Amino acid sequence: MSEPIIAARDVDVFYAEKQALFGVDLDIAAKQVTSLIGPSGCGKSTFLRAINRMNDLIPICRFSGSLKIDGQDVYDPAVDVVALRAQVGMVFQKPNPFPKSIRENVAYGLKIHKMTTSKSELDDRIETSLKSAGLWDEVADRLDEPGNGLSGGQQQRLCIARTIAVEPRVVLMDEPCSALDPIATAVIEELIDELRQDFTIVIVTHSMQQAARISQRTAFFHLGKLVEVGDTDAVFTNPREERTQNYITGRIG
Amino acid sequence: MAGSTIDLTRRNRSRTLDRAIILLLAASAGIAIFVTLGIVLSLVGETWLFFKRVPVSEFLFGLNWSPQTAIRADQVGAEGSFGAIPLINGTLLISAIAMLVATPLGLASAVYLSEYASRRARDWIKPALEILAGIPTVVYGFFAALTVAPFIRMTGGQFGLEIASESALAAGIVMGIMIVPLISSLSDDVINAVPQSLRDASFGLGATKSETVRRVILPAALPGIAGSLLLATSRAIGETMIVVMAAGLAANLTLNPLQAVTTITAQIVALLTGDQEFDSAKTLSAFALGLLLFTITLLINIAAQWIVRRYREQYD
Amino acid sequence: MIDFSKSAGFDLAARHRAETRFRWVGRIAILISLGFLAWLLVTVFAGGIGTVRQVEIAVSVDLGADNVDPSDIRDASFGKLVKSGLRGMFPTVKKRKDKKKLYNLVSPEGAFELERRAIADPSILGEVRPVWLTASDDLSLFVRGKIDGALPEDQRPISDKEIAWIGQLEAAGQIRQVANWRFLTGGDSREPEIAGILAALVGSALSLGVCFLLSFPLGIMAATYLEEFAPENRLSDVIEVNINNLAAVPSIVFGLLGLSIFLGAMGLPRSSPLVGGMVLSLMTLPTIIIAARASLKSVPPSIKEAALALGATPVQAVFHHVFPVALPGMLTGAIVGMARALGDTAPLLMIGMVAFIVDVPKSILEPATALPVQIFLWADSPERAFAEKTSAAILVLLLFLIAMNLVAILMRRKLEQRF
Repeated sequence: MSEPIIAARDVDVFYAEKQALFGVDLDIAAKQVTSLIGPSGCGKSTFLRAINRMNDLIPICRFSGSLKIDGQDVYDPAVDVVALRAQVGMVFQKPNPFPKSIRENVAYGLKIHKMTTSKSELDDRIETSLKSAGLWDEVADRLDEPGNGLSGGQQQRLCIARTIAVEPRVVLMDEPCSALDPIATAVIEELIDELRQDFTIVIVTHSMQQAARISQRTAFFHLGKLVEVGDTDAVFTNPREERTQNYITGRIG
Repeated sequence: MAGSTIDLTRRNRSRTLDRAIILLLAASAGIAIFVTLGIVLSLVGETWLFFKRVPVSEFLFGLNWSPQTAIRADQVGAEGSFGAIPLINGTLLISAIAMLVATPLGLASAVYLSEYASRRARDWIKPALEILAGIPTVVYGFFAALTVAPFIRMTGGQFGLEIASESALAAGIVMGIMIVPLISSLSDDVINAVPQSLRDASFGLGATKSETVRRVILPAALPGIAGSLLLATSRAIGETMIVVMAAGLAANLTLNPLQAVTTITAQIVALLTGDQEFDSAKTLSAFALGLLLFTITLLINIAAQWIVRRYREQYD
Repeated sequence: MIDFSKSAGFDLAARHRAETRFRWVGRIAILISLGFLAWLLVTVFAGGIGTVRQVEIAVSVDLGADNVDPSDIRDASFGKLVKSGLRGMFPTVKKRKDKKKLYNLVSPEGAFELERRAIADPSILGEVRPVWLTASDDLSLFVRGKIDGALPEDQRPISDKEIAWIGQLEAAGQIRQVANWRFLTGGDSREPEIAGILAALVGSALSLGVCFLLSFPLGIMAATYLEEFAPENRLSDVIEVNINNLAAVPSIVFGLLGLSIFLGAMGLPRSSPLVGGMVLSLMTLPTIIIAARASLKSVPPSIKEAALALGATPVQAVFHHVFPVALPGMLTGAIVGMARALGDTAPLLMIGMVAFIVDVPKSILEPATALPVQIFLWADSPERAFAEKTSAAILVLLLFLIAMNLVAILMRRKLEQRF
């Protein structure tokens, strides 16, 4: 396995008094797709959102344990959350483009982080991002039209373009295809496969088939505990844990 | 046989009773239309009588408002004595000052309350701001005339500015504070209606809270906020007691907020609370002013509702 | 090597400073607004609270038989008796101008007070005795500390001589302060020291009563129709738009409507609580309809559905089941509407409630005034002492508003516990 870029040790997450994650130990490898699978409510989204501290937006949410990215503790008091999220991006379950033009959507991150110095540089990076997201050909002639006017699949690719425009090291995806039709899903799965050459991708998915198709490593969560993690093929064809076997064969979840 | 006949009869009786009741209820609802009709008819009727004595062009375009000169019964509208332009100017000047005060205060409060304040802080700050809305305007007028206007005059004097004792500034500032809770609570609703998913997207990209507010939330809420600002403007234009008590009756045509101006509403009160017979040109001019006021505020309100409805459709 | 610290670039320092500034802008806006509110309330309170007390002077009046005939008390000239009494207390005052100042120590009402007391209790007649009479407005203000004696004489309404006399009277224990019940039990007056708000309170009560009786039934009936029975058609839309627009019409326009139709076309009595109430009800109607609709909307649909499933007609379902649940909410909305109507001045001015009303109105057809109108009229008066009375009247008005809103809030809270 390549060098782990994300290392979680003994991670607990609480929502007020209710514990959602119990002592999770997990390594995520760089430039790979790792999928987090498990039945609803098992804590996989909670874990994902702990990585870029989106859980901080929920006042009753508490984190304990160690979560390091590239050796840096994400929850260290010296960490600036803005810097963290500029380098760890997230794509959400329901496509959420801003009610702005396509151009402005992709430019958003670049503008707030002051990452470009000229308009031509900005335009170049917008074009690069849209190409990497596989959306350029479809929107190149209408960049000033509202992002909301695109189809569901196109909107999600726009959100992906927006996320990768700031060149994060890690891209987190929280069930990015669950609101899309099968064709759009296929397009995005292909996109993910290309993106893993440049980004580390952690994807939460409720579809085992999707996990099997696109990820190299798979982690199975159940009732807030990490049950099993390993190479995707191994987890699906020869799981070590009985619970994993039960989930895969549909007996639980 | 007999049993089913009785059953049918009973159901019929209750159905006619039902229908009568529903008709009564519908009539009550229809009263709303009658009231509007009543307003329009009474205003239009008296205004029509007025325009038989004073030409429309003088009223709408005349620059001189001095109704006192048209006292003699035989006098047909003296040239330029019923020109409403100074009143419209005064109304807009004071309303503009009020909106200049209320908009930043109201929007900033709304943003702070919905995005920054803790639940506990919000729980007492919101009701406290609502108290501002509940204070009767006659109290604001008294405070403006007795305390605020002299204070402004004195402060201006220390800077070498000559501020009238009934300045548009004093009336405008107090009116602005009165409107703050209106803008604040309407904007608060609008801001809260912006979906959380947009905030998530912005924070996920690494934006600070103020950047998210300025670049995502406020632009998204803009139509709704524009609607609430229009409603607040309409409120300012229709306000009576504050201007009657603090702004006086000098029909000056000026844009200088340090001077005294009068408004449409103040003139209506002045014209109708003196002693005069009912259908003199003076009294009728009050109705013409009333129609003017009603029309202006109605147009603004319709525009506001249209904008807000368009905005709601965006998110439903 | 990834860097999440503050020196990671991304223009962090400047952005966080901008964030802090932004946060402060919000705080300052709230502080300014609430600060203004505090300024207003403190000013009004400080200005009006002095009304709680009234100043009285003990004047030694000769009520002997040659001045007052016990069989015909009213015939006596009490004004002259008060004046001679004052002269007797200050025998060194000779000049005519000074004598006028002396007589001004006692309120013009003093003579009438003396007469009323003599009639009520003839046992005080027949001798020289001190009688407590209401002091004049300027004296009252000075004794209660509202006039600055340190100012140069031409800048204050009370002269050095009067201050000296007052000093004498105080030293002799002939000035006292008593509770000012007259403020709440008396009607308006030209003399600020005896002016009261009773007539205005009764006028407001009568007007609000008429307003409630007209707008509440109509309002909840209209709301019930619109919420439960109205079909989804153009007419219902028009009615809804109409109501929303009426809610935003300036209140003075309703006054004009009242003037033109209620007073002009229908010939109803001018400045009566009846017309005042009618105009206020037109204004309050949209508010009540909107609040009542919200209340009906918040009733769980399961209640109506259950009733219908058991065979009730729609009317029965609504009136026997939905209505009672929504009624407290509607009442809450009505109370809030009434509170707003209590403070509304402009429409009442239009229908003539600007007269100087001393007597308490006994019916809704008599000329009356209302509390906010009284405040407006007093605010216009040039006498200094009326400024204090205006503030005091405002305090009473605010107290009523607080009480009404508290009732509404308590009702709402009791309701919310149900669901």
